[in-house]
Amino acid sequence: MEIDDLAPSRRSLLKCMAFGGAGTLFVLSGGVPVAIDLASAATAKAVKPLFLQISDTHIGFNKEANPDVAGTLKQTIALVNAMPGKPRFMLHTGDITHLSKPEEFDLAQQLLSTLAIGELHTTPGEHDVTDGPGTEYFARFGKASKGKGYYSFDQDGVHFIALVNVMSFKPGGLGALGTQQLEWLEEDLKGRSSSTPIVVFAHMPLWTIYAPWGWGTGDADQAFFYLKRFGSVTVLNGHIHQIVQKVEGHMTFHTARSTAYPQPTAGTGPGPGPLKVPSEELPKRLGISSVTVTRHPRAAQIADTTLA
Amino acid sequence: MRLRIFSSALFVSLVLSGLAFGQDPSTVTIENFDFTPMALSVKPGSSVTWTNKDGEPHTVVSEAGLFRSKALDQGDSFTFKFDKPGTYKFLCSIHPQMMGVITVR
Repeated sequence: MEIDDLAPSRRSLLKCMAFGGAGTLFVLSGGVPVAIDLASAATAKAVKPLFLQISDTHIGFNKEANPDVAGTLKQTIALVNAMPGKPRFMLHTGDITHLSKPEEFDLAQQLLSTLAIGELHTTPGEHDVTDGPGTEYFARFGKASKGKGYYSFDQDGVHFIALVNVMSFKPGGLGALGTQQLEWLEEDLKGRSSSTPIVVFAHMPLWTIYAPWGWGTGDADQAFFYLKRFGSVTVLNGHIHQIVQKVEGHMTFHTARSTAYPQPTAGTGPGPGPLKVPSEELPKRLGISSVTVTRHPRAAQIADTTLA
Repeated sequence: MRLRIFSSALFVSLVLSGLAFGQDPSTVTIENFDFTPMALSVKPGSSVTWTNKDGEPHTVVSEAGLFRSKALDQGDSFTFKFDKPGTYKFLCSIHPQMMGVITVR
């Protein structure tokens, strides 16, 4: 991407850069999250991540928590395009738009097309499908899955699985995968070697972080039952606009930051709405995750990079 | 005298607020991730209007599939007319922990 493509946001880009290298990077190693700052990360051996994860871009949001979500997405894209070791593809774990409007999808797709990474795999968030099944999101991103939304692919010996847990909500409940998708998952994993590293990505957390706010997936245990024989499983989600992670046996769970606005920590305040933070703090609450999967030992390393 | 003016003003405002309350029984406010009231009774043929006051969008979706709003941004409203008696449960499809019920009788 040419920097000139950023002309409308050049001011915000420069503003972003002016915040300097105050970012934080988390490395998940052997189950212990270690925070290091970007300055020391820059001097460490540069590793090309296998892929990057972007989430919750919420194009169309314009309230006080971030009146310019297109601007912060452009900053994020500039950050990615400036990375020395660019991976082949990116995952977007949903809430591409705020209100599922065609014009929001148009702008999001136009901005995401400026990524210097050619391949983008997506899974929908509940904000992308408020118009119901088979509409805007699926018309634009449903081809890979023949309109179902869930699909799998292989890259560099790693098996990637996109799941959809925002289409069949039960009242008062958590996200759900549904019987049809779980049957598909069982079939998809059948016959695969247990030594194949697996990366599962979906919008809402696949493990229960906070049930009163719906931060979990009611029938995910069945999915984990199919996944438990694999030696390395990485589960990536968005939805909660903040990092929460845990390691359980061979499974690593991680939620990514939003590029739009932060949300309160579980149970703080009336609900999981946009959190207004001082404008100078905002770039530190937004960012992306990059994931490196090593074969020996089999492990996924997840690093989170903020806009500032 | 001044006291009397004050008390009559108070009386007028009480009557007005009572009127406002009585005029508009078929409104559900969406605020702080809650439907208020959570349960509402209306007569057959009544229209119910939901208005979102949160900065976060919400939807109003009938559990039985009878009605479904688009995503309501802050200040947006959705209205549905209930013709037949019955119990109509609804929820927000973005935050399904938000639930309510309209009873038509």
